[in-house]
Amino acid sequence: MNYLFICPTKLWYFSHGITMEGENEWVDLGRFLHERRYADEEKEVLIERIKIDFIRKGDTIEIHEVKLGKSMERAHEMQALYYLYYLKRLGIKAKAALHYPKLNETKEITLDGHEEEVEKAVQFARVVKSLPAPPEPVKSKKCKKCAYYELCWV
Amino acid sequence: MRKRSLTLFSDGNLLRRENTLYFENANDKKPLAVEGIYDIYIYGHVNISSQALHFLAQKGIAVHFFNHYGYYDGSFYPRETLHSGNLVIKQAEHYLDPEKRLKLAKLFVKGSALNMGRNLMRWGVADGFAGELEKLLGELGEARKITEVMNVEARIREEYYSRWDEHLPEGFRIVKRTRMPPENEMNALISFLNSRLYATVLSELYNTQLTPTVSYLHEPGERRFSLALDLSEVFKPVIADRIATRLVKQGVIKKEHFRGELNGVLLTKEGMRLVLEHYNTELAKSVKHPGLKQNVTKQRLVRLEAYKLIKHLLGVKEYEPLVAWF
Repeated sequence: MNYLFICPTKLWYFSHGITMEGENEWVDLGRFLHERRYADEEKEVLIERIKIDFIRKGDTIEIHEVKLGKSMERAHEMQALYYLYYLKRLGIKAKAALHYPKLNETKEITLDGHEEEVEKAVQFARVVKSLPAPPEPVKSKKCKKCAYYELCWV
Repeated sequence: MRKRSLTLFSDGNLLRRENTLYFENANDKKPLAVEGIYDIYIYGHVNISSQALHFLAQKGIAVHFFNHYGYYDGSFYPRETLHSGNLVIKQAEHYLDPEKRLKLAKLFVKGSALNMGRNLMRWGVADGFAGELEKLLGELGEARKITEVMNVEARIREEYYSRWDEHLPEGFRIVKRTRMPPENEMNALISFLNSRLYATVLSELYNTQLTPTVSYLHEPGERRFSLALDLSEVFKPVIADRIATRLVKQGVIKKEHFRGELNGVLLTKEGMRLVLEHYNTELAKSVKHPGLKQNVTKQRLVRLEAYKLIKHLLGVKEYEPLVAWF
């Protein structure tokens, strides 16, 4: 879901089992940050088909996602909204927070009013995934750091 | 940190203590930074503990074994971690459909042939090769069976070897390509490099979703990982043949680095060590990739070739074999 707003091509490859995360240094950096900075949290919580970076339980459930930088903020927000939407359908009320430890920032996110937006996105993701071949990649600034760079442009 | 290939040439033990991998020989016990290892090539007499193998499997590190003569014996190919059912089906589909299979088989041969042509140009012995090649590639286009493709390939090679020989110093001529056993020095050197190259290709395939047993030019099951044989064809001229030529032209490898045995002519231990040293240096060298607009190592070119194949199989972009621009 996160990938949809980053790049539909990546979403297609990823959803067809062509994963590239194994050796990308940015991916490693993210993993490292996540493990170290939030060492005491309950991590990688898997709820059916979504995997949340970590959760905190208070009056309501808080889901937390850790991100490196803000360049893909929109994608991060949509991912959090999707998780909230998903949980709501399971009857779980929750709120979300995006953590940018490198920037020392946190952004809170609630689902209220965004339901339709998420539904549209889910629909679009479904269409992308069902394409017989990946959509033509569009070259942009983010391609440079993407683990799929070589695959797309070779 | 860029991961590197590890070559174990001396005899010893490969073992794991706690979460560290060690290579231990008569003199000392050396810790190896496992996170920095891409794959391992073993030429010495090495004992490996199952604990070490568990550890390597966990880290996804393939280990390739070479026998006393320097030839590829087999690999410890850890359980695959990269799966794409979708791609496996596509790979099989391209094998089962005769048209699709022929297309890929021909592309591997074509790539190989064009790279041979590039080499001959480089060496200044391309006399008449272009003409012959044009004729033979024409025949390749017409081929309706894999055996016919193989046949054309063999004839292209003959043309190539005879010209390559003109560039080689006296005493290091190929004369006739002989494999098992290699009958002279140059044959031994080429075979040694080819088997090392095959293992490199296999390592790269391990790090993709491609299934290494489903192949197109070679028959699957001919050898276990026949897709590595297919891809090797494209790289043999570019990597192995060039290194072999350089080594004998520059006098790095001399007559004394070979020994005659019942099994034909073979590289000595010192000869193998020298060749591997040059091989590793060569693969770590970068060239500017015109499509990607960035520097990539020669080893990475093999991976990119695998990506191109994936794209072909998925119907994204038709495979075009690498033709050396460098």
